[in-house]
Amino acid sequence: MSSILPGAPRVGLFVTCLVDLMRPSVGFAAVKLLEQAGCSVEVPLAQTCCGQPAYNSGDKADAAELARQTIAAFAGFDYVVAPSGSCAGMLKLHYPRLLANDAEWVGRAKEFAERVYELVSFLVDVRGMDAVDATFQGRATYHDSCSGLRELGIKDQPRRLLSSVKGLQLSEMADAEVCCGFGGTFAVKYPDISNAIVEKKTANTAAVEPDLLLAGDLGCLMNIAGKLKREGRNIAVRHVAEVLAGETSDPPIAGTK
Amino acid sequence: MTSRDLILSKIRAGLGAKANDAERQAIVQNRIAAKARHLIPARVTNRTPGELLALFRGFLERESATVLELDSKQEIPSAIANYLRSNNLGARIRVGGDPTLTQLPWGSEPHLEMLLGRAQPSDEVGLTQAAAAVAETGTLVMASGPDNPVTLNYLPETHIVVVEQRNLVPAYEDAWDVIRQRFGPQSMPRTVNLISGPSRTGDIGGRLVMGAHGPRRMCVIVVRDPATS
Amino acid sequence: MQPTTQSFKQNARVALSDAQLQRALAGLPTGLVANRAAARARLPEFEDLRDIGRDIKDHTLAHLDLYLEEYERNATAAGAKVHWAATAAEARDIILRICREVNAKIVTKGKSMISEEIGLNDELQSAGMEVVETDLGEYLVQIRGETPSHIIAPAIHLTQDQVEADFRRLHTKLPKDRVLTDPAQLVGEARQVLREKFVAADVGITGANFLIAETGSSVIVTNEGNGDLTQSLARVHIALASIEKIVPTREDVSSILRLLARSATGQEFSTYTTFSTGPRRPEDPDGPEAYHVVILDNGRSEMLGTAFREVLRCIRCGACMNHCPVYGAIGGHAYGWVYPGPIGSVLTPSLIGVRDAADLPNASTFCGRCEEVCPMKIPLTKLMRHHREAEFELGGPSARYRLGLKAWAWLAKRPRLYHTTMRLVAAVLGGLGRRRGAFRSLPFAGGWTRHRDFPAPQGRTFQQLWAEHKAGAPR
Repeated sequence: MSSILPGAPRVGLFVTCLVDLMRPSVGFAAVKLLEQAGCSVEVPLAQTCCGQPAYNSGDKADAAELARQTIAAFAGFDYVVAPSGSCAGMLKLHYPRLLANDAEWVGRAKEFAERVYELVSFLVDVRGMDAVDATFQGRATYHDSCSGLRELGIKDQPRRLLSSVKGLQLSEMADAEVCCGFGGTFAVKYPDISNAIVEKKTANTAAVEPDLLLAGDLGCLMNIAGKLKREGRNIAVRHVAEVLAGETSDPPIAGTK
Repeated sequence: MTSRDLILSKIRAGLGAKANDAERQAIVQNRIAAKARHLIPARVTNRTPGELLALFRGFLERESATVLELDSKQEIPSAIANYLRSNNLGARIRVGGDPTLTQLPWGSEPHLEMLLGRAQPSDEVGLTQAAAAVAETGTLVMASGPDNPVTLNYLPETHIVVVEQRNLVPAYEDAWDVIRQRFGPQSMPRTVNLISGPSRTGDIGGRLVMGAHGPRRMCVIVVRDPATS
Repeated sequence: MQPTTQSFKQNARVALSDAQLQRALAGLPTGLVANRAAARARLPEFEDLRDIGRDIKDHTLAHLDLYLEEYERNATAAGAKVHWAATAAEARDIILRICREVNAKIVTKGKSMISEEIGLNDELQSAGMEVVETDLGEYLVQIRGETPSHIIAPAIHLTQDQVEADFRRLHTKLPKDRVLTDPAQLVGEARQVLREKFVAADVGITGANFLIAETGSSVIVTNEGNGDLTQSLARVHIALASIEKIVPTREDVSSILRLLARSATGQEFSTYTTFSTGPRRPEDPDGPEAYHVVILDNGRSEMLGTAFREVLRCIRCGACMNHCPVYGAIGGHAYGWVYPGPIGSVLTPSLIGVRDAADLPNASTFCGRCEEVCPMKIPLTKLMRHHREAEFELGGPSARYRLGLKAWAWLAKRPRLYHTTMRLVAAVLGGLGRRRGAFRSLPFAGGWTRHRDFPAPQGRTFQQLWAEHKAGAPR
């Protein structure tokens, strides 16, 4: 762990419900990277879910309550960083819209939004990181999660950092920017259509014959990994933070070794 | 209440607007009178006539049209005769009454048969003159009129269009100014056709095929402007 | 057209197992999608034009009443008869009357989504008229008794073999031993058959991509020239347009036209863009003797005062559906009405009610690709979310789904209870899933595990491990 200088920016880690429940190693990889970037990291306990399931289901009331809870939990931090483009997008773009008619909270929501970043774009765009000190022997390919790409402009940043990983060969898949079919509640409500979409993603992934598939969002990763496993394809799936932090000793998503 | 009144009142209700609002009316009238242009693409701004012609030609050829450049209108009959011959096409040409076309030296090509008037479905070759042409996308501007039957642009299998280089303008907006000069500030003939190549479809098996309903083949004859050569 | 939006899930299921449809849809990424990207790359001003297009439409919509009145003035001055139809039924009546007045036997049609919306063909056919779609794709679906599955490529779901079979079945006057193995031969046959109809038509009906207030003109855009033959050969030309098609000037339409073909097919410009003003002039050698324009409302004026006004900017390019992963999986028919894809998911519930069309705005991953490519910058996902909000307020989508949603929100509002519950779930599922790393089946997650495995959690929650880490425990 690198030494954190006094006066280092205080980052509140927004863990995300999926990282918290399914794959904490992503959270620890994020902390490691943030500390490497010279930040001190804290993890407020009063955080749970960003409210996206409620928001995208049309339940504005619950979504707004969760938004207020989240904003309050992260008061006082210099930055709020999430290892997820979809959650970061929710916090950064949608919280101010959600609370636009709440005179008491709209200002706080906008101020909060300015401090919110997705992990990899924070490292590159805010902390100026252009390389990581990690090694991975093998070929990897990258899926661009929709929210991260289209709401937050995340495209080059993960690739830039991945290109500095020693031994890693990055191969682009066809249609890397096309949705994987997760869409949060969509995968549950329209599973057959979701399946048709993810099948195209796994086919495109397999076509570049990678050892590893990476992305910045656990929802996408769980969806694609689950399909790869059902198809019997031998491709490991991890969150990009794990590789960038050099933390690849845990089994990959849906894997055992 | 007529449907007209109903629709307009519903629109005004939706917009929160009152009828007979002089300010709103002025906005609309001013905008229409101003005919303001928005953005003209850089590909056609500050270009020489030669550059515009090259651009125009390039687009049309890409769309499978033939482009011939002549120094004078007098050369048109022999250019057309050559074109038809080299493409194994018939020698009967339907032309509208446009005197600038009919009064060319067709006698120099006696085997060509000129038919006058509106097009018939069985016509194989049609000859028209364009009011203007737009370099921006290789587009011809045809204006209907007594000498320019609109059907001549669509029925014949082969469409030959004559356009003078001095009527080749950079952008669509410039073509509208040509139309305005000819027909008045807000008047239009029955049809103005912007034509950018032969007829085509991709509707069967996604494969592009020419001559869906309109002409299969297009030949554009540009009469160069001596002032720019 | 009668909506089948209520059977969306059933429609989608059929579409997913339709091998021919899937083959056709598989061509979209390298076809229309790649072509649009290439056209956009060739025009550096493309993104600026999107802003301009949006602003032109927003301004027009904010003054829609006045522009429509100006349009009517100028169209009438040029000899057009302008009719106003508040409802679909009214539009049908007006058109039927015009056709009857000239004893129409044969009616040719250029492509018009509005005519699908109002069910025009059935009405005219019931009155004994022969109605012939002349856009090749529309003709191909018409002869099959089908509806279009894409707004600019109506027969995108059909294969060449199907077309050949249909032509042999229908064009019985042609020699049985003719060869039809090549698309060019099929197109040639359609050209021949439809040309007879163009020439024989009493009335030609087109849509209108735009109406221009400045000159009182209607604009159609085609690559085939069928719209032009439809509107120029018959004695009567009827143009059918909805109220939001209007733009102020020829300069305004020029800007928008720069976006249309590029967004739709990747062409620089469509082959034929035609501006029609009034009927033939006395001195014209050809052209229709009468020119009617039917302006249709059918629910659009009501949208102006709502959050859905922005969807009225649509110029019917089809880019949204070309880029949509859901459309790319199920095609257009599954959407159950005239407008498929993302535009359909917003427009259909607005026009026929969110209750009947509830699935449409829900069947989206909100990937955002549609609004990224929409030339008019319509915020499609935001508008779909509005429909979901309206549906939620009405008690939708289903009791079971709401229960799950409410339970999750209830828990999420109580961090301590949330963390305790998550620890439990992680431990149980983590334990059960450790050996294989994933679940082949999972109660309450049947939709997921039907097609894919569900990854096992690592077994402890992050909050749990972080607390231990803070307390000094090694990781």
